[in-house]
Amino acid sequence: MKNQDKKPVKELEEFGKKLVIEIEKGINPTIEFSLRTLSNVIYDTKTKTLGLGEKQQKRTFFNVGHAKKFMQTLEIAKVSKSLLDVQKHGSLRDVFYMAKRTIPNSNINIVDEQVESDNAIEDLELITNCSREQLNINANKMGSVAGSVLIEDAGDTINWAKLGSGGWSIPSNVEKIDFKSVKAKYIIYMEKQAVWERLHEDKFWEKQNCIIVTSQGQTTRGIRRLLQRLNEEYKLPIYVLADFDGWGFYIYSVLKFGSISLAHMSEELAIPDAKFLGITADDAIDYDLKKHFIKLKDVDNSRLKQIADYDWFKKNKEWQRQFKMMKDFGAKLEIQALSSKGITFISDKYLPEKIKKGEFLD
Amino acid sequence: MPNQEIKTEMKEIPIAYELAKRQKDISVAEFFTKNRHLLGFDNKRKALLMAVKEAVDNSLDACEEARVLPEINVEIIQMAEFKYKVIVEDNGPGIVKKQIPNIFAKLLYGSKFHTMKQSRGQQGIGISAAVLYAQLTTGRTAKITSRVSKKEPAFYYELNIDTQNNKPVIAKEETVEWAKENGTKVEIDLEAEYAKGVQSVDEYLKQTAVINPHVTIIYTNPKSEQVIYARATDKLPDEPKEIKPHPYGIELGMLMDKLRWTEARTLQSFLASEFSRVGSGTAKEICEHAAILPNTKPADVSRDMAEKLLQGIQLTKIISPPTDCLSPIGKELFEKGLRKEIRAEFYCVISRPPAVYRGNPFIIEAAVAFGGEIPKEDKANILRFANRVPLLYQEGGCAMTKAIMETNWKPYGLQQSSDSIPVGPVVIVVHMSSVWVPFTSESKEAIAHYVEIIKEIKLALQECGRLLGTYVRKKYRISEQIERANMFEKYIPEIAESLSILSNEKKEKIMQGLQKMLVKPEIKKEIIEEDSDDKLYKMDFKKENEESRQKTS
Repeated sequence: MKNQDKKPVKELEEFGKKLVIEIEKGINPTIEFSLRTLSNVIYDTKTKTLGLGEKQQKRTFFNVGHAKKFMQTLEIAKVSKSLLDVQKHGSLRDVFYMAKRTIPNSNINIVDEQVESDNAIEDLELITNCSREQLNINANKMGSVAGSVLIEDAGDTINWAKLGSGGWSIPSNVEKIDFKSVKAKYIIYMEKQAVWERLHEDKFWEKQNCIIVTSQGQTTRGIRRLLQRLNEEYKLPIYVLADFDGWGFYIYSVLKFGSISLAHMSEELAIPDAKFLGITADDAIDYDLKKHFIKLKDVDNSRLKQIADYDWFKKNKEWQRQFKMMKDFGAKLEIQALSSKGITFISDKYLPEKIKKGEFLD
Repeated sequence: MPNQEIKTEMKEIPIAYELAKRQKDISVAEFFTKNRHLLGFDNKRKALLMAVKEAVDNSLDACEEARVLPEINVEIIQMAEFKYKVIVEDNGPGIVKKQIPNIFAKLLYGSKFHTMKQSRGQQGIGISAAVLYAQLTTGRTAKITSRVSKKEPAFYYELNIDTQNNKPVIAKEETVEWAKENGTKVEIDLEAEYAKGVQSVDEYLKQTAVINPHVTIIYTNPKSEQVIYARATDKLPDEPKEIKPHPYGIELGMLMDKLRWTEARTLQSFLASEFSRVGSGTAKEICEHAAILPNTKPADVSRDMAEKLLQGIQLTKIISPPTDCLSPIGKELFEKGLRKEIRAEFYCVISRPPAVYRGNPFIIEAAVAFGGEIPKEDKANILRFANRVPLLYQEGGCAMTKAIMETNWKPYGLQQSSDSIPVGPVVIVVHMSSVWVPFTSESKEAIAHYVEIIKEIKLALQECGRLLGTYVRKKYRISEQIERANMFEKYIPEIAESLSILSNEKKEKIMQGLQKMLVKPEIKKEIIEEDSDDKLYKMDFKKENEESRQKTS
C-alpha cells in the first residue's frame, strides 16, 4: 500500500524535473503522451478491450497553440501534488476551483470551464501513468446499489440490503472496499435511475437474489471499477439494461470494452464479460412495444452509424442485426415503455423471463 | 379647339406668325441668371465656395502657364449676416488691360474651350459666373486689379455684366499704385454663408494644397483665423501641351463634323492631320480596314461611310495618345502633398499609364493613406480631384465614387458591405488628369460614368489596395507577435511556480531559464506539428523582425 501511495508523488516529481532540465538546457519544454482520440484507440481482439495505440502527442510551451494547455497541465499537476502532500482528496470540481484564477496583470484565467481542468486531469493520468484516484482526485458520487452484499469501507461495515429506499451511493474510489460476504448471483446494471427505483421498490434484487446498480447517464469510473471487481473477484455475470438507442448501446460498450477517452484505463475498468439484456429490437416485437416507438432524429441516425462503425461492433453479426433493425424501424425505445404493460411488468415478467431464457447480446 | 379654328379663319393668318414675334435670342447671361444652380450657385454656402474656387482655379492656371510658383492669398470678410467679401490675390502674370473686362464680365469667354489641353478651367464660365452671381445678390461691382510687369502700371476696374447682351459694363477704370510687380487681385461681394466642414471653403483650400504641393496658399477666414498652406516642393508641374484628338473613342457625330469642316483634300491626309498618333501609313491602314479609298474627298464621306470609318479605326492598331499633353502630379509629389496635410502612418500612390476615353487621353492617379490620426470606425474619407481641382459636391454621382464602391476592399484589410464605401482608418484619393474631363454638369462636381474611366480608376485602386493589404497584414502580424510574446511572458511565472513545486527547484532559476528562451530567436522558430485538437500557428519571429527592420530603415 505504501509503495502505491509514493508512486504518484514520484511520477509527478520526475515529470517536473524532466521539464526543468529541458529549460536549463534551453530546450523548448515538451510534454509527450499518448494521443487520446478515436484515431489512436485500438480494439484488442484478444482481451476484447480498447487500448491506446502508438500515436503520441507533444505539448510544448513556446507554441501559441499549446502554451495555455501546457500551463493548465502543469497547474493541475501542481494541484495534485499539493493534495498528495497533505493526503487529502479533491473532487473534479474542487480541482477546477483550485486552478481557476486570473493571471496577475492580465485578463487571462488559467481555466475558464471545468472541462478544461477535467481534460488536464485525464492528460495527467497518461503522463504519470497514475489514475485520477491515485492522484487524489475523485469524481462526484453518482449512482446507487442494492443487493445481498456486505462490505467494509473506511472502517464501517455496510449491508447493501439494508439501506432504505436510496440504496448505497457508490464512491468514486472503490479500491479500498473489502467485500465481506457476497450472496447475490448476478448483477443488473441499468442506465436509468428511475428504473432502479422501480426494481428496488419491487424488492426485485431480493426475489431474484441479484445486485441492482445504476449510474445516471454515463457510467462513472467508481461504478465501473466496482462492477469489474465483483465480476472478477466473485464471477458475477453482469447484465446491462439500457434504452434501445445509440446512447444506450454506448453505455453497454463502455462497460464492456472501455471508453474512448479513457482507453488507457481499460485494464482497470473494462468488463469483457458484460452482456446486453435489453431493450433489444426483438423485445420491441416480442413484447409488442412498437406503438411506443420514438422516431429517430438526424442526431440519432448519425450516432447509430458511428457506433455501427466502431471496430468492436463491426464484425459482430448479432449487433449489426440490431443496428439494422433500428434503422429499419426508424425508431428507438425507452426502458420505461415496458410500464405500459403494467407498473411491475418489468420486475414480474420482463426481467425474470429474459434472464431465465438467457436472451443476451454479447 | 373649334373656337381657335374660327379665330384663325377670321384673321386668315396662321397663329405661328403671331407666336414668332415673341421668339428671339436668349442671352447666355440671362439664361444663367435663371439657372444659377447649373453653375453651382444653388445656395449661400455653396456660392461662397464657388466664388473662391473659380478665382483660385483661374489664378493657379495663370501662374502655371506663366511658369511661376503660385502664391495665392485668399481672404473672406463678413460684412452682414449673409453678405461676404471674397478677395483672391495671386502672383501670376497679370492680364492685359484690354482683356480684363471680357475675362471677368463676359460669360463663355476664354482661351481654353477650343483647345485639347489639360487645365483647371475649361469653358470660360467660372469667374464671370461668380461676378454675375455677386451682381444679382448684392448689386455690387466686381473689383479687379491686375498688373503685367513693373514697367506698366496696375489697372483697376469695377465691372458689371449686361445680362441682356452678355457684355461687360465698366463702372470705373483707373490706374492705381500697387506694390506687386505682376499679379491679379479679384474682389467680389456676394450673398453667402460661411461654415466649416465637409463642403467648406476651408476643406477646398486644404485639398487644393494636397493636390498642388507646389502651391502656397495664405487663407484668412471670416473669423480672422489665418492658415498657411506652405508649398512642399519648388518644382512646377510639367507644362501641359495641346493635342489633337486620338482616333479611338471618337464618336460618329464628331467625326462627321470634322469631315465637313476640314481643309484636307483626301481622307488619308484628313486622318493624318486631324488626329494624334496617325501618320499617313496608319491613315492608309484605317482606310483599308474601312474599305474606303484613301483619296476620297472628306466632304464626300457619307454617314454610312463614316460609320465604316469608325469601324476601320477600331480595327487598326494605333499607339496610345501622347502623354506630354497631360500633367499628372507624379507619385513623389502626390505623396508629399498627402503627407503634409493628412497625418497617417502609411501612404501609397499609384500612377496609371495614360488611357483614352472618347478620343481624350487621361491619366488616373490614386492614393491611399492609412492609420495614424484618421478615424478608425468611420467610412473611408474620399478625396476626388480633376485636373488638380478638388471635387467637393455630388460624391454619390461621381465615377470615382462608383469605382471605389465597386472595388472589393476586404482583401486589403478594410471592412465593406457589398458595393459601398469601405470602412476603416483610410483616406482614398483619386485624381484624373485629362485634356477634357467629362463632368456631369457645368458646376464641375462629378465625373461622368465612362466605362474606360471607371476601369482605370479601379485598376489604380486595386494596385493601391494590394500595397495597403500587405501593410495591414504585416501590421496585424507584428501586433500579433507582440501579443504572443506578451502571452508567453505572462505564463512564465505560472509555469515556474508549478514546476518549482513539482521538482523542488527554485522558482527564480526556472523563470530565468524560460525568459532567456523568450528572447532567443531559435526557440521562436516553431515547427508546425500534427496535432489532433490544437490549432497550431507558425511562429517566425526572426524573419518578421528582419522584415520590420527593413521597413523602417
